[in-house]
Amino acid sequence: MTASTRKRWQFRQPSVIPGFGLALGVTLSWLILIILIPLSGLLWRSSALGWSTFWTLATDERTINALRISFGTAFAAALVNVVFGVILAWVLVRYSFPGKRIIDAMVDLPFALPTAVAGIALTTLYAPNGWIGSLLTPLGIKIAFTPIGIVIALVFVGLPFVVRTVQPIMEEIDKEVEEAAATLGANRFQTISRVLLPGLTPAVLTGFALAFARGVGEYGSVIFIAGNLPYVSEIAPLLIVIRLEEFNYPAATAIAAVMLVISFAMLLVINLIQAWSRRRYGYGA
Amino acid sequence: MAHDIPDPAGHHGTSEMVRTATSESRLARYVLIGLALCFMGLFVLMPLAAVFTEAMRNGPGEFLTVLSDPETFSAIRLTLLVAVIAVPLNVVFGVAAAWAIAKFEFKGKAFLTTLIDLPFSVSPVISGLVFILLFGSHSLLGPWLQGNGIQILFAVPGIVLATVFVTFPFVARELIPLMQEQGTSDEEAALSLGASGWQTFWYVTLPNIKWGLLYGVLLCNARAMGEFGAVSVVSGHIRGLTNTMPLQVEILYNEYNFVAAFAVATLLALLALVTLVLKSLLEMKFSEQIAASRRH
Amino acid sequence: MHAKRLTRFITVALLASSIQVGGLGFAFADTTILNVSYDPTRELYKDFNAAFAEKWKTDTGETVTIQTSHGGSGKQARSVIDGLDADVVTLALEADIDAIAANTGKIPADWKSKFENNSAPYTSTIVFLVRKGNPKGIKDWGDLVKDDIQVITPNPKTSGGARWNFLAAWAWARQANGGDDTKAQEYVASLFKHVPVLDTGARGATTTFVQRGLGDVLLAWENEAYLSLEELGPDSFEIVTPSVSIKAEPPVALVDGNVDAKGTRKVAEAYLQYLYSDVGQKIAAKHYYRPFKPEAAAPEDIARFADVKLSTIDEFGGWKEAQPKFFGDGGLFDQIYKPGQ
Repeated sequence: MTASTRKRWQFRQPSVIPGFGLALGVTLSWLILIILIPLSGLLWRSSALGWSTFWTLATDERTINALRISFGTAFAAALVNVVFGVILAWVLVRYSFPGKRIIDAMVDLPFALPTAVAGIALTTLYAPNGWIGSLLTPLGIKIAFTPIGIVIALVFVGLPFVVRTVQPIMEEIDKEVEEAAATLGANRFQTISRVLLPGLTPAVLTGFALAFARGVGEYGSVIFIAGNLPYVSEIAPLLIVIRLEEFNYPAATAIAAVMLVISFAMLLVINLIQAWSRRRYGYGA
Repeated sequence: MAHDIPDPAGHHGTSEMVRTATSESRLARYVLIGLALCFMGLFVLMPLAAVFTEAMRNGPGEFLTVLSDPETFSAIRLTLLVAVIAVPLNVVFGVAAAWAIAKFEFKGKAFLTTLIDLPFSVSPVISGLVFILLFGSHSLLGPWLQGNGIQILFAVPGIVLATVFVTFPFVARELIPLMQEQGTSDEEAALSLGASGWQTFWYVTLPNIKWGLLYGVLLCNARAMGEFGAVSVVSGHIRGLTNTMPLQVEILYNEYNFVAAFAVATLLALLALVTLVLKSLLEMKFSEQIAASRRH
Repeated sequence: MHAKRLTRFITVALLASSIQVGGLGFAFADTTILNVSYDPTRELYKDFNAAFAEKWKTDTGETVTIQTSHGGSGKQARSVIDGLDADVVTLALEADIDAIAANTGKIPADWKSKFENNSAPYTSTIVFLVRKGNPKGIKDWGDLVKDDIQVITPNPKTSGGARWNFLAAWAWARQANGGDDTKAQEYVASLFKHVPVLDTGARGATTTFVQRGLGDVLLAWENEAYLSLEELGPDSFEIVTPSVSIKAEPPVALVDGNVDAKGTRKVAEAYLQYLYSDVGQKIAAKHYYRPFKPEAAAPEDIARFADVKLSTIDEFGGWKEAQPKFFGDGGLFDQIYKPGQ
C-alpha cells in the first residue's frame, strides 16, 4: 500500500515507516465523521436559510448584543489574563517561594475543573450574599449577574492558556541576553521591557488568542454567574440555547454560523502568529 | 522597579551588582509574588474552597446522604460510561493521527493539524447543536432514525457523540509534538532489524510515547467527564437516565438543593484534583517526554 | 513487556466498559416509564412517583421505575416532538400537548377526553411573589406597571406558566377596562416593558427572582410561590393574590405512539389514572396544586388556597384559538415584546 501510494503520486515524501495509509485513513474517516460532517451540516443548514433570512437573523438586535457581550467580555478577560498570566508565569519561572509547586499545578485547575462546577462556585463567591460579593455590595459594586461576572468567569477559564503558552518560552530565555543588556547599560526595567518582553510577544499573543477563543465560546461557567439579561449580560452561546429551546432552529443556526466563522478566523490568526513567530523568533509558541 | 538599580551595571564590577542587574529588587519580587498569589487565591483557590465548604455546610452526614441518592448515582454511572467509550475512541484516533502527522511528510499536513484543533475553538454549545441539526426530527436523518426506533438525541449515543467531538483533539495534540520530536530513527532501526510494522509500533513507539499518551488520556478524560455545554444541548435532561454529573449539578442547583449540587460538584472537583496530581507527577517524572507537548 | 502490560490494561479497561454497558442494560430490565413534565412539578412528581411505584408493586408485584424530565413546558413538548421517548406527558397547558399530537401523531387528537376533568387532575393559578414586607406596595395587576417596578416572568414562547401569566394579566386588564381588548393589549405591552429578563422556564424565573435578587415581583404558579416560601423561608418573601387571576389547567396525556412501541401502555395508563385517586389528589394538594377532588385532600392543605376570582381559558376561545393568536410566530406576544428597551 505504501509503495503504491508513493509511485502513483508525490503526495508524500518516501519513507520506510509503514502504516501511513492506515493511520491517515483512520484519522481522516474519524475527522470527517465526527467533526467535518456535523460542522458542514451546520453551515449547510444556515446556507439553506437563504442570504436575506440569514442576514435578518444574524443582525437581529438581541443577537448582535449577545455577540457583542460575548466578544467584549472575552476580550476583557483575555487582557486581564495576559497581565496576570505573564506575572504569574514570571513568578513561577524566576522566583522560588513556599508552595510554588502547588501554585504551578493549580494553574491548570480551570482546565481540569468542569465548567459547571466553576460556575456555581464563582456564583457562590460573587453573589451579593457570597463570600466576596458581600464585601463588595456595601461599596456599591455588583459582580454576579452583571457583565463583570462574565469577565470573572472567563478570567478563570482562560488563565491556563496564557500561563502555559508563556511559561515554557520564558524558561528558555537565555540569561546571557539579560546580562548583555545590563552590561550595555540598560537598567532592569529597560531590560525587561525592551529585551525580554518583545521576545515573548508571539507567545503572549498566542496565549491571548487562545484565552479569547475559549472565552467567546464558554457556556457552563458563565450562565450561572451572568444573570442572563437580554441586551445586558446574555452571551451568544446562551442565546443559541434559548433559540433552541424555543425551537427557533433557523435563529440558533444563524448565530452558531456567525460564531463558527469568527472562530475559524481566530484559528487562522493563531496559526499566522505562530508561523510569523517561527520565522522571526525561531519558536512556534 | 527601575529606581532600585543604582547605576548602569557596567560601572560596577562586583558580582553582587551583576546579580542585581539580571534580577529584580527584593521589593519588586515580593510585589510580583504577592500579586500572583492574590490572583491565584481569588480566582482559583477560593472557588475550589467554596465547593468543599458549601458541600459540607450541613455536615458530612448530609453530604453522604445526598450522594447516595439514586439519581446522583445514575449520573455518576452515566458519566463513567461516556468517558469509558469516548476516551478510548479518541486514543485510537489520536495515535493514528500522530503517527500519520509526526512520522510522515505529506501535502496538506498543516491543514490537517488545523482541522484536528478545530473543536478547541468551537463553542461547546455549537458542538451540541451540530448533532441536533444532524439527528433532530427536522434533519434529513431524523425521520429515518425515528422510523427505525433509533434513539440518538436525548440518549447515550448523542451524549457520547457530543463528548467525542469536544474531546477530539486532546490525545492527538499531546502526541503529535512528542512524536515529532522523537523522530523516526528508532522505528527505522527496528524495521531494519526485521520487525513488522505492528511489532515496531508495540515494542518501540508505544513504550516511547506511553507517558505522553497517558498525559493526553488524563486531560481527555477530565474534559470528557466534565463537559457541560455540548452535553446539555443533546441530553434531554431526563433524571436518572440522561443526566451526567455536570448536568446533575445544574439541576440540583436550580432546585435550590445547594448542598446536593455542591456535593456532586465536590466529586467533580476531586476528579480535577486527582487529574492535576497525576499530571504533576507525570510532568516531574517524565519531564522530557511531556515538555514537548507542553510547548504547543 | 511494556506492551504486554499495556495490552492487559486495555483488556481490563474494555472489560470494565462492558460491565458498565451490561449494568446499564440490567437497569432497563425492570419496567421504566418516562414522564416528561414542566418546571414546577419536580417536587410533586418526586413524591407521587414513589407512591405509585409502591402501589404498582403491591398490585402487580412488578417493579416500575419512573423517570422524569423537567423544563419549560413548550420546550419539553418540542423535545418530545424531536424524539424524546416519553410515555406520558404532564405539561403546563393543552396547547403543548396539542402540538405533540399535531406534529407526531403519537397522541390522538381527542386526548383531552381520555381522563377526567379534561385530563387535568389538578389545577393552579397565578399569584405574585414579592419581597418581605411588600416594599413596593404591590396589591394588584395595576401596580405592576408603575415606574420603578421590575416584573419577573419566564418566556411565553417556552414556558407554559408564562403563557398563563400573560393571559391572567390580559384577563384582569380586560375586566378593568370593561372588556376592551385593545386596552388590555396596551396594558400587557406596558407590563412586558417592566420585564428585565425572560427565563425559559418557571424555575429559572424563580431562581432569578429569589437567588439573583432581580425584580420586585415574580409572576408565579401558586404552587411555585408557596414552594419558594417553604424552601427559602417566609422571612424573605410573601405572596400577594391579585383580584383576578386565571384557572390554569395543566393537563396530562398518554403518548400512545411511544407506549405501544415500548409495551408500557398498561403501567403508563395506571400511572396517570393514579393521579386522580385519593392518594394522588392528596399529594397534589400537599404540593400546593388545587386538586380536582378537594374532598380527597387533607382539609388543612385545602385551607391554604386563597379565594380568587378566576378567569378561564374559555374566555379566550380555548387554547386552540389562544395559542396561535397570542403566542404563535408573529402573534400578539411577538408584536408586544421588544426586550431591553
